[in-house]
Amino acid sequence: MSLLELHQVSKTYGTGPNEVHAVADIDLEVDRGSLIAVMGPSGSGKSTLLTIAGSLEEPTSGEVFIDGESLQEMSHNGKARLRRRTVGYVFQEFNLLAGLTAVENVSLPLELDGVSAKKSRLAGMAVLEQLNLADRATRYPDELSGGERQRVAIARAVIGGRHLLLADEPSGALDQANGEVVMRMLLSACKTGVAAVVVTHDAQLASWADRVVFLRDGRIVDQTVAPPSAESLLQTGPQS
Amino acid sequence: MSVKYALLGLLSERPKYGHQLRQEFEDKTGDVWPLNVGQVYTTLQRLERDGLVESNRADSEGSQKRFRITVAGERELAGWILTPIDLTVPPRDELVIKVLVALDVPGVDVRNVLQIHRRYVVELMQQWTRLKDDEGQYDFRLALVVDAELFRLDSVIRWLDAVDGRLKRDASEPRAASTEIPILRRRLAVRK
Repeated sequence: MSLLELHQVSKTYGTGPNEVHAVADIDLEVDRGSLIAVMGPSGSGKSTLLTIAGSLEEPTSGEVFIDGESLQEMSHNGKARLRRRTVGYVFQEFNLLAGLTAVENVSLPLELDGVSAKKSRLAGMAVLEQLNLADRATRYPDELSGGERQRVAIARAVIGGRHLLLADEPSGALDQANGEVVMRMLLSACKTGVAAVVVTHDAQLASWADRVVFLRDGRIVDQTVAPPSAESLLQTGPQS
Repeated sequence: MSVKYALLGLLSERPKYGHQLRQEFEDKTGDVWPLNVGQVYTTLQRLERDGLVESNRADSEGSQKRFRITVAGERELAGWILTPIDLTVPPRDELVIKVLVALDVPGVDVRNVLQIHRRYVVELMQQWTRLKDDEGQYDFRLALVVDAELFRLDSVIRWLDAVDGRLKRDASEPRAASTEIPILRRRLAVRK
Protein backbone atom coordinates (compact mmCIF):
# COMPACT_ATOMS: atom_id res chain seq x y z
CA MET A 1 0.00 0.00 0.00
CA SER A 2 1.31 3.42 -0.90
CA LEU A 3 1.54 6.09 1.77
CA LEU A 4 -0.21 8.65 -0.42
CA GLU A 5 -2.80 7.75 -3.03
CA LEU A 6 -4.84 10.09 -5.20
CA HIS A 7 -7.60 8.51 -7.24
CA GLN A 8 -9.21 10.50 -10.04
CA VAL A 9 -8.81 13.74 -8.12
CA SER A 10 -10.26 16.89 -9.70
CA LYS A 11 -10.62 20.42 -8.40
CA THR A 12 -12.82 23.01 -10.03
CA TYR A 13 -13.13 26.65 -9.07
CA GLY A 14 -16.09 28.84 -10.03
CA THR A 15 -19.17 27.74 -11.94
CA GLY A 16 -20.69 28.04 -15.40
CA PRO A 17 -18.66 30.10 -17.85
CA ASN A 18 -16.17 31.01 -15.10
CA GLU A 19 -15.43 27.38 -14.28
CA VAL A 20 -11.72 26.62 -14.06
CA HIS A 21 -10.30 23.13 -13.76
CA ALA A 22 -7.25 23.51 -11.53
CA VAL A 23 -6.51 19.78 -11.63
CA ALA A 24 -8.37 16.99 -13.40
CA ASP A 25 -8.44 13.19 -13.07
CA ILE A 26 -5.20 12.94 -11.12
CA ASP A 27 -4.02 9.44 -10.23
CA LEU A 28 -0.87 9.38 -8.14
CA GLU A 29 0.71 6.92 -5.73
CA VAL A 30 3.72 7.67 -3.56
CA ASP A 31 5.42 4.92 -1.56
CA ARG A 32 7.33 5.28 1.66
CA GLY A 33 10.98 5.92 0.97
CA SER A 34 10.42 7.52 -2.39
CA LEU A 35 10.75 11.06 -3.63
CA ILE A 36 8.38 12.13 -6.40
CA ALA A 37 8.73 15.40 -8.28
CA VAL A 38 5.78 17.03 -10.00
CA MET A 39 6.97 19.29 -12.80
CA GLY A 40 4.95 21.77 -14.74
CA PRO A 41 4.79 25.44 -15.72
CA SER A 42 3.14 27.96 -13.42
CA GLY A 43 -0.62 27.62 -13.55
CA SER A 44 -0.44 23.90 -14.35
CA GLY A 45 -2.03 22.94 -11.03
CA LYS A 46 1.08 21.89 -9.10
CA SER A 47 0.31 23.76 -5.90
CA THR A 48 -3.36 22.74 -5.93
CA LEU A 49 -2.28 19.12 -6.22
CA LEU A 50 -0.06 19.55 -3.16
CA THR A 51 -2.66 21.28 -0.99
CA ILE A 52 -5.20 18.56 -1.81
CA ALA A 53 -2.67 15.83 -1.02
CA GLY A 54 -2.01 17.50 2.34
CA SER A 55 -5.75 17.88 3.14
CA LEU A 56 -5.49 21.68 3.18
CA GLU A 57 -8.04 21.78 0.38
CA GLU A 58 -10.85 19.40 -0.60
CA PRO A 59 -11.08 17.97 -4.09
CA THR A 60 -14.30 18.57 -6.07
CA SER A 61 -14.28 14.87 -6.92
CA GLY A 62 -12.04 11.87 -6.45
CA GLU A 63 -10.45 10.37 -3.36
CA VAL A 64 -7.27 10.91 -1.35
CA PHE A 65 -5.82 8.23 0.94
CA ILE A 66 -3.02 8.85 3.41
CA ASP A 67 -1.63 5.75 5.09
CA GLY A 68 -4.69 3.85 3.87
CA GLU A 69 -7.18 6.26 5.40
CA SER A 70 -9.62 8.10 3.17
CA LEU A 71 -9.60 11.85 3.80
CA GLN A 72 -13.21 12.07 2.61
CA GLU A 73 -14.37 9.94 5.48
CA MET A 74 -12.29 11.75 8.05
CA SER A 75 -13.76 14.29 10.48
CA HIS A 76 -12.52 17.85 10.63
CA ASN A 77 -10.60 17.06 13.81
CA GLY A 78 -9.23 13.87 12.29
CA LYS A 79 -7.79 15.85 9.41
CA ALA A 80 -6.31 18.43 11.72
CA ARG A 81 -4.64 15.63 13.70
CA LEU A 82 -3.35 14.06 10.48
CA ARG A 83 -1.83 17.38 9.44
CA ARG A 84 -0.12 17.75 12.80
CA ARG A 85 1.20 14.20 13.10
CA THR A 86 1.66 12.79 9.63
CA VAL A 87 2.09 15.57 7.09
CA GLY A 88 4.98 18.03 6.94
CA TYR A 89 5.02 21.02 4.61
CA VAL A 90 7.93 22.92 3.15
CA PHE A 91 7.20 26.14 1.31
CA GLN A 92 9.31 28.37 -0.91
CA GLU A 93 9.12 31.18 1.64
CA PHE A 94 10.25 29.00 4.58
CA ASN A 95 7.43 30.45 6.78
CA LEU A 96 9.49 30.43 9.97
CA LEU A 97 8.15 32.52 12.83
CA ALA A 98 10.47 35.49 13.25
CA GLY A 99 10.09 35.77 17.03
CA LEU A 100 11.13 32.15 17.68
CA THR A 101 14.61 30.61 17.52
CA ALA A 102 15.40 27.78 15.10
CA VAL A 103 14.82 25.08 17.70
CA GLU A 104 11.60 26.75 18.89
CA ASN A 105 10.34 26.87 15.31
CA VAL A 106 11.22 23.20 14.80
CA SER A 107 9.58 21.99 17.99
CA LEU A 108 6.45 24.12 17.64
CA PRO A 109 4.37 21.44 15.85
CA LEU A 110 4.94 19.03 18.73
CA GLU A 111 4.01 21.65 21.33
CA LEU A 112 0.84 22.47 19.42
CA ASP A 113 0.07 18.76 19.51
CA GLY A 114 0.22 18.76 23.33
CA VAL A 115 3.74 17.45 23.87
CA SER A 116 5.49 19.12 26.82
CA ALA A 117 7.79 22.05 26.07
CA LYS A 118 10.81 20.17 27.41
CA LYS A 119 10.19 17.03 25.37
CA SER A 120 9.44 19.06 22.26
CA ARG A 121 12.67 20.97 22.61
CA LEU A 122 14.68 17.76 23.02
CA ALA A 123 13.07 16.33 19.89
CA GLY A 124 13.75 19.61 18.06
CA MET A 125 17.42 19.49 19.01
CA ALA A 126 17.64 15.86 17.88
CA VAL A 127 16.29 16.70 14.42
CA LEU A 128 18.56 19.74 14.10
CA GLU A 129 21.54 17.56 15.02
CA GLN A 130 20.52 15.01 12.40
CA LEU A 131 20.51 17.79 9.81
CA ASN A 132 23.82 19.28 10.99
CA LEU A 133 22.13 22.42 12.27
CA ALA A 134 22.67 22.00 16.01
CA ASP A 135 24.98 25.03 16.18
CA ARG A 136 22.20 27.21 14.76
CA ALA A 137 19.55 26.09 17.26
CA THR A 138 19.37 29.31 19.25
CA ARG A 139 19.58 31.69 16.30
CA TYR A 140 16.55 33.62 15.10
CA PRO A 141 15.47 33.28 11.44
CA ASP A 142 16.93 36.66 10.48
CA GLU A 143 20.31 35.49 11.78
CA LEU A 144 20.31 32.50 9.42
CA SER A 145 21.22 32.31 5.72
CA GLY A 146 18.52 31.43 3.19
CA GLY A 147 19.81 27.88 2.90
CA GLU A 148 19.88 27.44 6.67
CA ARG A 149 16.34 28.78 7.00
CA GLN A 150 15.09 26.24 4.51
CA ARG A 151 16.92 23.43 6.31
CA VAL A 152 15.25 24.52 9.56
CA ALA A 153 11.91 24.48 7.74
CA ILE A 154 12.59 20.90 6.61
CA ALA A 155 13.53 19.93 10.18
CA ARG A 156 10.20 21.37 11.31
CA ALA A 157 8.42 19.38 8.60
CA VAL A 158 9.85 16.00 9.62
CA ILE A 159 9.82 16.37 13.42
CA GLY A 160 7.78 13.86 15.40
CA GLY A 161 8.25 11.10 12.84
CA ARG A 162 5.91 12.64 10.30
CA HIS A 163 6.22 10.58 7.16
CA LEU A 164 4.57 12.50 4.36
CA LEU A 165 6.60 15.48 3.25
CA LEU A 166 5.05 17.94 0.80
CA ALA A 167 7.30 20.63 -0.63
CA ASP A 168 6.30 23.52 -2.89
CA GLU A 169 9.34 24.91 -4.79
CA PRO A 170 11.50 24.19 -1.74
CA SER A 171 14.59 25.84 -3.14
CA GLY A 172 12.89 28.52 -5.19
CA ALA A 173 14.77 31.39 -3.58
CA LEU A 174 18.08 29.58 -3.12
CA ASP A 175 21.16 29.33 -5.34
CA GLN A 176 22.14 26.07 -7.00
CA ALA A 177 24.46 24.86 -4.23
CA ASN A 178 21.86 25.45 -1.50
CA GLY A 179 19.14 23.93 -3.66
CA GLU A 180 21.29 20.82 -3.85
CA VAL A 181 21.67 20.73 -0.06
CA VAL A 182 17.90 20.95 0.33
CA MET A 183 17.32 18.10 -2.12
CA ARG A 184 19.96 15.94 -0.43
CA MET A 185 18.14 16.52 2.86
CA LEU A 186 14.80 15.53 1.39
CA LEU A 187 16.40 12.38 -0.04
CA SER A 188 17.96 11.45 3.28
CA ALA A 189 14.56 11.95 4.93
CA CYS A 190 13.14 9.51 2.36
CA LYS A 191 15.79 6.95 3.30
CA THR A 192 14.25 6.88 6.78
CA GLY A 193 10.88 5.85 5.33
CA VAL A 194 9.37 9.23 4.53
CA ALA A 195 7.36 9.66 1.34
CA ALA A 196 8.00 13.03 -0.30
CA VAL A 197 6.33 15.01 -3.06
CA VAL A 198 8.13 18.05 -4.43
CA VAL A 199 6.44 20.34 -6.92
CA THR A 200 8.76 22.48 -8.99
CA HIS A 201 9.30 23.98 -12.41
CA ASP A 202 13.06 23.44 -12.01
CA ALA A 203 14.38 20.40 -13.90
CA GLN A 204 17.62 20.31 -11.91
CA LEU A 205 15.68 19.94 -8.67
CA ALA A 206 13.24 17.46 -10.17
CA SER A 207 16.13 15.31 -11.34
CA TRP A 208 16.87 14.35 -7.72
CA ALA A 209 13.55 12.50 -7.59
CA ASP A 210 13.01 8.78 -8.09
CA ARG A 211 10.15 9.58 -10.44
CA VAL A 212 9.15 12.79 -12.20
CA VAL A 213 5.51 13.39 -13.06
CA PHE A 214 4.67 16.00 -15.70
CA LEU A 215 1.63 18.18 -15.18
CA ARG A 216 0.06 20.23 -17.96
CA ASP A 217 -3.18 22.18 -17.70
CA GLY A 218 -4.07 20.32 -14.51
CA ARG A 219 -3.54 16.84 -15.93
CA ILE A 220 -0.71 14.34 -15.60
CA VAL A 221 0.48 13.93 -19.15
CA ASP A 222 3.60 11.83 -18.69
CA GLN A 223 6.12 10.49 -16.19
CA THR A 224 9.68 9.22 -16.19
CA VAL A 225 10.52 5.56 -15.94
CA ALA A 226 13.13 4.36 -13.45
CA PRO A 227 16.49 5.41 -14.86
CA PRO A 228 19.22 2.82 -15.45
CA SER A 229 22.30 3.05 -13.26
CA ALA A 230 24.43 6.14 -13.55
CA GLU A 231 27.34 3.93 -14.59
CA SER A 232 25.80 3.66 -18.06
CA LEU A 233 26.60 7.35 -18.59
CA LEU A 234 30.30 6.69 -18.21
CA GLN A 235 30.32 3.97 -20.82
CA THR A 236 28.30 5.94 -23.34
CA GLY A 237 29.52 9.37 -22.27
CA PRO A 238 30.05 12.08 -24.87
CA GLN A 239 33.15 11.61 -26.99
CA SER A 240 35.70 14.38 -27.31
CA MET B 1 40.80 20.09 -30.49
CA SER B 2 40.69 20.22 -26.69
CA VAL B 3 42.62 16.90 -26.42
CA LYS B 4 45.67 18.63 -27.87
CA TYR B 5 45.58 21.32 -25.20
CA ALA B 6 44.67 18.89 -22.44
CA LEU B 7 47.85 16.93 -23.25
CA LEU B 8 49.92 20.12 -23.28
CA GLY B 9 48.39 20.99 -19.90
CA LEU B 10 49.31 17.60 -18.43
CA LEU B 11 52.85 17.91 -19.81
CA SER B 12 53.24 21.40 -18.32
CA GLU B 13 53.50 19.72 -14.89
CA ARG B 14 56.45 17.44 -15.85
CA PRO B 15 57.52 15.09 -18.69
CA LYS B 16 55.27 12.05 -19.10
CA TYR B 17 54.78 8.83 -21.10
CA GLY B 18 51.92 8.39 -23.59
CA HIS B 19 49.97 5.76 -21.61
CA GLN B 20 50.37 7.89 -18.50
CA LEU B 21 48.89 10.90 -20.34
CA ARG B 22 45.85 8.88 -21.33
CA GLN B 23 45.24 7.69 -17.77
CA GLU B 24 45.68 11.16 -16.31
CA PHE B 25 43.36 12.73 -18.92
CA GLU B 26 40.58 10.31 -17.96
CA ASP B 27 41.20 10.71 -14.22
CA LYS B 28 41.19 14.47 -14.40
CA THR B 29 38.01 14.76 -16.46
CA GLY B 30 35.94 12.54 -14.17
CA ASP B 31 36.20 9.49 -16.50
CA VAL B 32 33.45 11.01 -18.61
CA TRP B 33 35.35 11.24 -21.89
CA PRO B 34 37.14 7.99 -22.66
CA LEU B 35 40.26 8.46 -24.78
CA ASN B 36 41.91 5.68 -26.75
CA VAL B 37 45.64 5.32 -26.66
CA GLY B 38 45.88 5.67 -30.45
CA GLN B 39 44.30 9.11 -30.24
CA VAL B 40 46.89 10.10 -27.64
CA TYR B 41 49.84 9.01 -29.80
CA THR B 42 48.47 10.61 -32.98
CA THR B 43 47.98 13.87 -31.11
CA LEU B 44 51.48 13.65 -29.59
CA GLN B 45 52.99 13.06 -33.04
CA ARG B 46 51.27 16.18 -34.35
CA LEU B 47 52.39 18.20 -31.34
CA GLU B 48 55.96 16.99 -31.88
CA ARG B 49 55.81 17.82 -35.58
CA ASP B 50 54.65 21.36 -34.70
CA GLY B 51 57.45 21.77 -32.18
CA LEU B 52 55.10 22.05 -29.20
CA VAL B 53 56.45 18.93 -27.47
CA GLU B 54 59.66 16.91 -27.79
CA SER B 55 60.38 13.32 -26.93
CA ASN B 56 63.39 11.66 -25.48
CA ARG B 57 63.84 7.98 -26.13
CA ALA B 58 67.34 7.85 -24.70
CA ASP B 59 66.43 8.27 -21.05
CA SER B 60 63.96 5.40 -21.02
CA GLU B 61 64.57 1.65 -21.12
CA GLY B 62 62.53 -0.12 -23.87
CA SER B 63 60.89 1.68 -26.73
CA GLN B 64 58.66 3.95 -24.68
CA LYS B 65 58.99 7.61 -25.41
CA ARG B 66 58.77 10.25 -22.76
CA PHE B 67 57.35 13.61 -23.83
CA ARG B 68 58.12 17.06 -22.53
CA ILE B 69 56.53 20.43 -23.39
CA THR B 70 58.66 22.97 -25.28
CA VAL B 71 58.78 26.73 -24.70
CA ALA B 72 56.62 27.16 -27.83
CA GLY B 73 54.21 24.60 -26.36
CA GLU B 74 53.95 26.53 -23.11
CA ARG B 75 53.24 29.71 -25.04
CA GLU B 76 50.57 27.94 -27.13
CA LEU B 77 48.95 26.52 -23.98
CA ALA B 78 48.90 29.87 -22.18
CA GLY B 79 47.34 31.49 -25.27
CA TRP B 80 44.60 28.85 -25.45
CA ILE B 81 43.72 29.09 -21.76
CA LEU B 82 43.27 32.86 -21.88
CA THR B 83 41.43 33.06 -25.22
CA PRO B 84 37.60 32.93 -24.96
CA ILE B 85 36.16 29.93 -26.80
CA ASP B 86 34.26 30.74 -30.00
CA LEU B 87 30.54 30.99 -29.25
CA THR B 88 29.59 33.42 -32.04
CA VAL B 89 27.97 30.96 -34.42
CA PRO B 90 24.93 29.15 -32.99
CA PRO B 91 25.48 25.39 -33.12
CA ARG B 92 23.35 23.51 -35.65
CA ASP B 93 21.02 22.23 -32.97
CA GLU B 94 19.09 19.18 -34.11
CA LEU B 95 16.31 19.68 -31.56
CA VAL B 96 15.71 23.30 -32.61
CA ILE B 97 15.66 22.24 -36.27
CA LYS B 98 13.35 19.33 -35.47
CA VAL B 99 10.82 21.56 -33.70
CA LEU B 100 10.94 24.16 -36.48
CA VAL B 101 10.33 21.41 -39.06
CA ALA B 102 7.57 19.84 -36.96
CA LEU B 103 5.66 23.15 -36.93
CA ASP B 104 5.03 22.73 -40.66
CA VAL B 105 4.43 18.98 -40.88
CA PRO B 106 0.68 18.26 -41.11
CA GLY B 107 -0.77 16.09 -38.37
CA VAL B 108 2.10 16.59 -35.91
CA ASP B 109 1.24 17.74 -32.37
CA VAL B 110 4.27 19.90 -31.56
CA ARG B 111 3.47 19.90 -27.84
CA ASN B 112 3.78 16.12 -27.93
CA VAL B 113 7.18 16.43 -29.62
CA LEU B 114 8.20 18.81 -26.82
CA GLN B 115 7.02 16.42 -24.11
CA ILE B 116 8.82 13.42 -25.62
CA HIS B 117 12.04 15.39 -25.45
CA ARG B 118 11.29 16.88 -22.04
CA ARG B 119 10.86 13.44 -20.52
CA TYR B 120 13.95 12.07 -22.22
CA VAL B 121 16.09 14.98 -21.04
CA VAL B 122 14.77 14.81 -17.46
CA GLU B 123 15.54 11.07 -17.40
CA LEU B 124 19.10 11.84 -18.49
CA MET B 125 19.33 14.53 -15.81
CA GLN B 126 18.18 12.00 -13.20
CA GLN B 127 21.11 9.77 -14.17
CA TRP B 128 23.64 12.60 -14.00
CA THR B 129 22.23 13.75 -10.67
CA ARG B 130 22.50 10.22 -9.31
CA LEU B 131 26.11 10.10 -10.47
CA LYS B 132 26.76 13.41 -8.72
CA ASP B 133 25.07 12.13 -5.57
CA ASP B 134 27.00 8.84 -5.58
CA GLU B 135 30.46 9.92 -6.61
CA GLY B 136 30.49 13.68 -7.10
CA GLN B 137 30.73 14.17 -3.35
CA TYR B 138 34.18 12.59 -3.40
CA ASP B 139 35.38 13.64 -6.86
CA PHE B 140 35.50 17.41 -7.28
CA ARG B 141 36.36 17.27 -10.99
CA LEU B 142 33.58 14.84 -11.75
CA ALA B 143 31.13 17.14 -9.93
CA LEU B 144 32.22 20.01 -12.22
CA VAL B 145 31.67 17.92 -15.35
CA VAL B 146 28.27 16.73 -14.10
CA ASP B 147 27.23 20.31 -13.25
CA ALA B 148 28.15 21.41 -16.78
CA GLU B 149 26.05 18.63 -18.27
CA LEU B 150 23.11 19.35 -15.93
CA PHE B 151 23.14 23.05 -16.82
CA ARG B 152 23.30 22.21 -20.53
CA LEU B 153 20.37 19.78 -20.28
CA ASP B 154 18.50 22.23 -18.05
CA SER B 155 18.79 24.87 -20.76
CA VAL B 156 17.19 22.40 -23.20
CA ILE B 157 14.24 21.96 -20.79
CA ARG B 158 13.92 25.74 -20.40
CA TRP B 159 13.84 26.13 -24.16
CA LEU B 160 11.16 23.40 -24.47
CA ASP B 161 9.11 25.20 -21.79
CA ALA B 162 9.56 28.50 -23.62
CA VAL B 163 8.33 26.94 -26.88
CA ASP B 164 5.33 25.52 -25.02
CA GLY B 165 4.58 28.98 -23.63
CA ARG B 166 4.90 30.64 -27.03
CA LEU B 167 2.65 28.05 -28.66
CA LYS B 168 0.04 28.66 -25.99
CA ARG B 169 0.20 32.45 -26.42
CA ASP B 170 0.25 32.09 -30.19
CA ALA B 171 -2.94 30.01 -30.08
CA SER B 172 -4.74 32.68 -28.07
CA GLU B 173 -3.42 35.77 -29.89
CA PRO B 174 -3.13 36.15 -33.65
CA ARG B 175 0.42 36.38 -34.97
CA ALA B 176 1.83 39.75 -36.11
CA ALA B 177 1.07 40.26 -39.80
CA SER B 178 4.43 40.78 -41.53
CA THR B 179 7.82 39.56 -40.44
CA GLU B 180 9.74 40.29 -43.63
CA ILE B 181 11.87 43.21 -42.51
CA PRO B 182 13.12 41.66 -39.29
CA ILE B 183 14.04 38.47 -41.19
CA LEU B 184 16.19 40.47 -43.64
CA ARG B 185 17.93 42.16 -40.75
CA ARG B 186 18.52 38.87 -39.04
CA ARG B 187 20.14 37.37 -42.12
CA LEU B 188 22.52 40.29 -42.38
CA ALA B 189 23.39 40.01 -38.73
CA VAL B 190 24.24 36.32 -38.95
CA ARG B 191 26.36 36.70 -42.08
CA LYS B 192 28.50 39.40 -40.52
